Amino acid sequence: MSINLEVPKKHRQLVEQAHQVAMNMLRPISRKYDIAEHEYPKELDMLAAMIDGLSESGASEGAGATGVRRDENGDDKTKVKNGANLASVTSVAEMCWGDTGLLLSMPRQGLGNSAIASVANDEQLERFKGRWASMAITEPSFGSDSAAISTTAVLDGDEYVINGEKIFVTSGERSDCIVVWATLDKSLGRAAIKSFVVEKDTPGVKVERLEEKLGIRASDTAVITFTDARVSRENLLGDPEVNVEKGFAGAMATFDNTRPLVAAMAVGCARASLDLTRDLLKDAGIEVDYDKPAILQHAAAARFLQLEADWEAGRLLTLQAAWMADNRKPNSLEASMAKAKAGRVGSDVTLSCVELCASVGYSENELLEKWARDSKILDIFEGTQQIQQLIVARRILGLSSAELK
Amino acid sequence: MSLISNLKPGGKHGVPSSESRDPIGYLVAGLNRLAQTDLLDKVRLRKPAEQVVFSVTRSGFKTITNASRTFARKGKKGEPGTRPTPAAASGVFDLTPGEDEQMLVDVVTEFADEIVRPAAAEADKACAAPDDLLKSSLEIGLPILGIPESLGGVSEERSAMAGTLVAEALAKGDMGLAVAALAPGSVATAIGLWGTDAQQQTYLPAFSAEDGSVPAAALALTEPTVLFDVLSPSTTARRSDDGAGFVLNGTKSLVARGDSAELFVVGASLDGKPALFLVESSTEGLSVEGDPAMGVRAASMTKLVLEDVKVPADAVLGETDGSTYTQCVRLSRLAWCALAVGTAQAVLDYVTPYVKEREAFGEPIANRQSVAFMVANIAIELQGMRLLTYRAASRAAAGKDFSREVALARKACTDKGMQIGLDGVQLLGGHGFVKEHPVERWYRDLRAIGIMEGTVLV
Repeated sequence: MSINLEVPKKHRQLVEQAHQVAMNMLRPISRKYDIAEHEYPKELDMLAAMIDGLSESGASEGAGATGVRRDENGDDKTKVKNGANLASVTSVAEMCWGDTGLLLSMPRQGLGNSAIASVANDEQLERFKGRWASMAITEPSFGSDSAAISTTAVLDGDEYVINGEKIFVTSGERSDCIVVWATLDKSLGRAAIKSFVVEKDTPGVKVERLEEKLGIRASDTAVITFTDARVSRENLLGDPEVNVEKGFAGAMATFDNTRPLVAAMAVGCARASLDLTRDLLKDAGIEVDYDKPAILQHAAAARFLQLEADWEAGRLLTLQAAWMADNRKPNSLEASMAKAKAGRVGSDVTLSCVELCASVGYSENELLEKWARDSKILDIFEGTQQIQQLIVARRILGLSSAELK
Repeated sequence: MSLISNLKPGGKHGVPSSESRDPIGYLVAGLNRLAQTDLLDKVRLRKPAEQVVFSVTRSGFKTITNASRTFARKGKKGEPGTRPTPAAASGVFDLTPGEDEQMLVDVVTEFADEIVRPAAAEADKACAAPDDLLKSSLEIGLPILGIPESLGGVSEERSAMAGTLVAEALAKGDMGLAVAALAPGSVATAIGLWGTDAQQQTYLPAFSAEDGSVPAAALALTEPTVLFDVLSPSTTARRSDDGAGFVLNGTKSLVARGDSAELFVVGASLDGKPALFLVESSTEGLSVEGDPAMGVRAASMTKLVLEDVKVPADAVLGETDGSTYTQCVRLSRLAWCALAVGTAQAVLDYVTPYVKEREAFGEPIANRQSVAFMVANIAIELQGMRLLTYRAASRAAAGKDFSREVALARKACTDKGMQIGLDGVQLLGGHGFVKEHPVERWYRDLRAIGIMEGTVLV
């Protein structure tokens, strides 16, 4: 055992592959699907097939949306593990260096897939294998306050009947199925909230419309209504019992695994801006000197140093959260720290790079302005900046949600 | 010199040179001058004079350097010294300290909690570390942490990581005392890293002495210059006319324990390139001056003035092409990052219970988001600082290039560390501003990051 914060040797090839894919497949179509919002990026089908192949061969180190599953049994628990969580965050960051919107549109790599991987039992895992699952939590009347879910699931025989409206469903139109969060009994509060895998072709499931957005325009964001949609009781993820003691914990466990992924997206997107800006500044005669005090360098170089330092902090916090997941350490605090830091750094870096590059940065001729639009959502979905701070504060201060509202 | 020209306002007392005085201003300044004369003392209108002993609590008080020891020359001149081997890299991402490192951290943490923290306020005031504290820091082996085993030290391999963890743990007790305790070891580590066989044999045995006679020593790189660039020191070294050595001239500032140091490592420009020179305190032409600063006061900061200081040809430590010097600057910045992390952790550990106990408007202030989020951000940025520092340290220990990593760590520790110091005081409100609580000291100490060069090194 010794402290080492380099990307593990065994993941380097994977990261390099992801980087090549990002550079050679995603970048060339990046602007195309930013402009043609709602058009299906057909190029991704071939890429998804390739990723499936890599995954089958084991070359992907278990990376991807399903890489967040925590393996509770097997191997030597005393040995430090660099597993699928770490492989996932590093490769997701590389892909988002290519294009965040396209990464989010990757077939069979939805947040729903991460949710299934996090909480499904082995039978469900097998049954939903190879399916593209999106995630439906938010409703028109609430965002961060997931406990306010009003979509209902009522057991009727061997089926749950689901009614309600979900918004902001990423890949809601393109996915095969949706992980829907609904309450079994609103009067029982958080504990009654469960997630269900709902096939898209289920009668009563309707994609109402697609949103037009500030960024990640390659990714479709749907409004979906559920009207007496019936799903098998086998499709409830996790424990069907309403356990008031355990409360929300089951459903929220998904977030411990997906937040580092979203943090990794911000890390990747921001690095795209940093890499290009470093190049453009160099062309303009400004180079960052790591030994000379920042205060003695050109203001642009000093600013760049600050951005890079913040960015690296976000990246390392993200790696830490994933490493903890790989080693079965509880990581709610670290996952929220990573998401909070990477989320705000993503915005600061991409927006500052536009400013540093002036009209070149602002123009559609470069992708800097696009990255500055794409990054914003990463500080919002899977828990806003403020929610992450709330979680961190409660953990550090040891306060309940009733004490620290 | 006329009274009028003496009373020109600019350039003194923090008054910019653009200021001018009107007639009333002259009158006030004149009265003030009168108020400072001995006359008032003679009619006993003022408290008894301060003791006239050298004290670094006063700036401008000059004395010669400590001259208690001469180091007997030993070893083979010009032969390369023993070098610690780079730490073996496993290639696995891991945030767990090694067993030896953890043991060391546990010991130092106990020392920081039991000895350092209780002594911090008094040491800050006195601008000096208590002798028994420094003695016990020797007992736990701080000075020999970075010295290879074959030279009487404890490290089998390069110990930048262990040094970083130790500096962090010590600074959790107090940054000023941590600097005072780590300064001698920093010089020893430097000699271990870059010294010739002769330099190592001459100086290192003194640092591993078990009788408590380990010399104070100081790594003097900072200079009293606005926009100071450590890579271009204005202190100069020129080859002496007889060719037997070098002549050093210049002034170094914020030199820890300069009044008691028996050995200095001084940064100076030689042929336009920065280099390090070993200067024994008994050398003629050296003088120290108290140089107390905003914070890190327990480290007894001094100015070191070098006037035609002659050192022998073998006083050069390492290469003269700037490479050793630059590496020294980086390792020193790394140590300051570790000190910032420890101090920022102290802030977090202090404000956490405070905001939960302190009540306003009928409930603990921690229950308010504006307060709680401040604490959350301290925790987030602190962990970011820590990981940046650890990454730079682990690369340094493994013998990899860490110039970029330490620059990023330093930037974060400077900016976020200061923010944490600021928020620490703010969270306690008026209580944070008074010395009853340590947060005002941490505020002053954390401003040192980004300013301090040299002094400590891992």
